[in-house]
Amino acid sequence: MLKERLYDYLLHLGDNSMILGQRLGELCGHGPELETDIALTNISLDLFGQVRNYFQAAAAIKGDGATEDSIAMLRYENEYKNTLLVEQPNDDFAHVIVRQFLFDVYHQLLLKELMSSKDETIAAVATKSIKEVNYHVGFSSTWLKRLGDGTEVSHDKMQEAVNKLWRYSLELFKPTDTEIWAAESGVGADLDQLKPIYLEKIKMFMDEATLGLPEATVFQYGAKSGRHSENMGYILADFQYIQRAYPNMKW
Amino acid sequence: MNKEWPIWEVFIRSKNGLEHRHCGSLHAADAEMAIQNARDVYTRRQEGVSVWVVESKNITASNPTKNGEMFEPAADKVYRHPTFYVLPDEIKHM
Repeated sequence: MLKERLYDYLLHLGDNSMILGQRLGELCGHGPELETDIALTNISLDLFGQVRNYFQAAAAIKGDGATEDSIAMLRYENEYKNTLLVEQPNDDFAHVIVRQFLFDVYHQLLLKELMSSKDETIAAVATKSIKEVNYHVGFSSTWLKRLGDGTEVSHDKMQEAVNKLWRYSLELFKPTDTEIWAAESGVGADLDQLKPIYLEKIKMFMDEATLGLPEATVFQYGAKSGRHSENMGYILADFQYIQRAYPNMKW
Repeated sequence: MNKEWPIWEVFIRSKNGLEHRHCGSLHAADAEMAIQNARDVYTRRQEGVSVWVVESKNITASNPTKNGEMFEPAADKVYRHPTFYVLPDEIKHM
């Protein structure tokens, strides 16, 4: 039971980073500027590095021939535990930045808590990853401010992205049974505690960027328990194609 | 209006104690972005411990068409190199 919970929690941690990393990877060669292209794919690689650590630990728990790759590549859509936010498409650069920012602030708060996890592996991964994620927050929040408080056009595009993506933010803080177990056992973070800090931080950055949060938002939930948006199938089609078409292929 | 971001020159210090060395240039809209871009473009493989950026337009360069008068007169001034001193034998490494 405990092992299954821990395995499940590692997937919760890894899947958000993996799907966001995949979304950023789609931008490789398509970034708005060469320098931005490299910055976004660097972030993607940071996230994939973290995923590898989580899934190696998960594979060791699962046994039965499981590997980090089989966990990443060979699950069905409803077995992925990432949130709706990270599977949203790269509609334009404003959406890329707002999605990144909404996730980064959560990710930073989460890792700070996980650094004192009772699970040694999770604590070690969090301690290594927090430096990367501190940089991600710096990157996305300066872009949020630069474009939000930029020209009329950039402001409007950013506000549009905020209006569209904000509804996916609070799913990050709605705990599943596994996340409740993780918080109670000291393995994971208590999301209820992090939520007010998150909201305060987001508000502060948004004010600075002269952007507003939409009122009367109908928040969307469900992906963490496997009910994904239509986007997820397309992401997995790209992501899993090679392994499904040519099983066990390596390069 | 020029839609290109300005060019910045990047200087990296590879280790504490060494000087910053010019390593390349990049595009960025402002100084903060130039530092972030320099970090992402030029220090991905642990090349540096410190980064300087300066907008290229702030650098004044010598004019290559004047290289003759600027640099060639130094060519026959060998006495400017400290190679004519006789050193005592006790001083081994100088």
